[in-house]
Amino acid sequence: MTLPDTIPFLGFGWNDLLFLLFAAVMVAAALAVVLQRDIIRAGGAMIICFAALAGLYVIAGTPVVAATQVLVYIGAISVLVLFAIMLTQTKAAPRALVFQTQIVPAAIVSVVIALLIGLTVLATDWPKQVATQVAAAADLATTLFTDYTLPFEVVSVLLLAAVVGGVFLAKRERGEAE
Amino acid sequence: MLSALNLISQNLDAYLVLSGILFAIGTFGFLARRNAISMLMSIELMLNAVNLAFISFGAFSYNGDARHAAQASTIALIVIASAAAEATVGLAIVIAIYRNKKTPLVDEYDAMSQ
Repeated sequence: MTLPDTIPFLGFGWNDLLFLLFAAVMVAAALAVVLQRDIIRAGGAMIICFAALAGLYVIAGTPVVAATQVLVYIGAISVLVLFAIMLTQTKAAPRALVFQTQIVPAAIVSVVIALLIGLTVLATDWPKQVATQVAAAADLATTLFTDYTLPFEVVSVLLLAAVVGGVFLAKRERGEAE
Repeated sequence: MLSALNLISQNLDAYLVLSGILFAIGTFGFLARRNAISMLMSIELMLNAVNLAFISFGAFSYNGDARHAAQASTIALIVIASAAAEATVGLAIVIAIYRNKKTPLVDEYDAMSQ
């Protein structure tokens, strides 16, 4: 069985429906990350937000980045954040006061930023062409290992430094009684 | 109304506006939350917004040049790796401060004002 080209009764394509779905899930999950009082649930919403973003990357034609997003963000960074949450949550931490006193200026600033970016984007005449072909993994590998070899190597050194620095910062001092 | 949503996934404006909204949400979280880990999560949201903008610009390049998509993907991969490094060090710093101050709330980190 094959799907029809456009969605019945609505008249737009499946990609558009998926885009709207992923966009709505992503924005809702991002709002949950910053507004949710329970920080564990905020971490869960962050995972949903990253997953919806991976879907958007697939729609934009970059499945390799989507796979990396799932592996690194959902698989590694989210787990790291959840571990840190579980290590630092105490019963003493107030559940009610999760926002700073500057929440109103912060809300104003973020709305202004959103309006600024949105108006700039809508006022600019972007190219209308679409790269309908999917970015092939072979193209990506060629670019990464010819034109971008230096950034690639620098990133490997950066990750090594981050691992060593993370271990050094998080380990207990010798003789520190706990 | 619904016909305006036709071909929205083929429209660069939609991706960029979405990216801007995500960046603004991350900014709000970074400025407004008291918990240091919430602030780090908001930074991750902002990095993801920038990544989405990179990917969109790569996918919607002039005359559909596939190399632009590959270059945008490369930059996005490097940003993801940097975000992983940033999360590692940031969370280690938060845990180290938590061990001394016994609180994850940033407005109680007032050692500089005493």
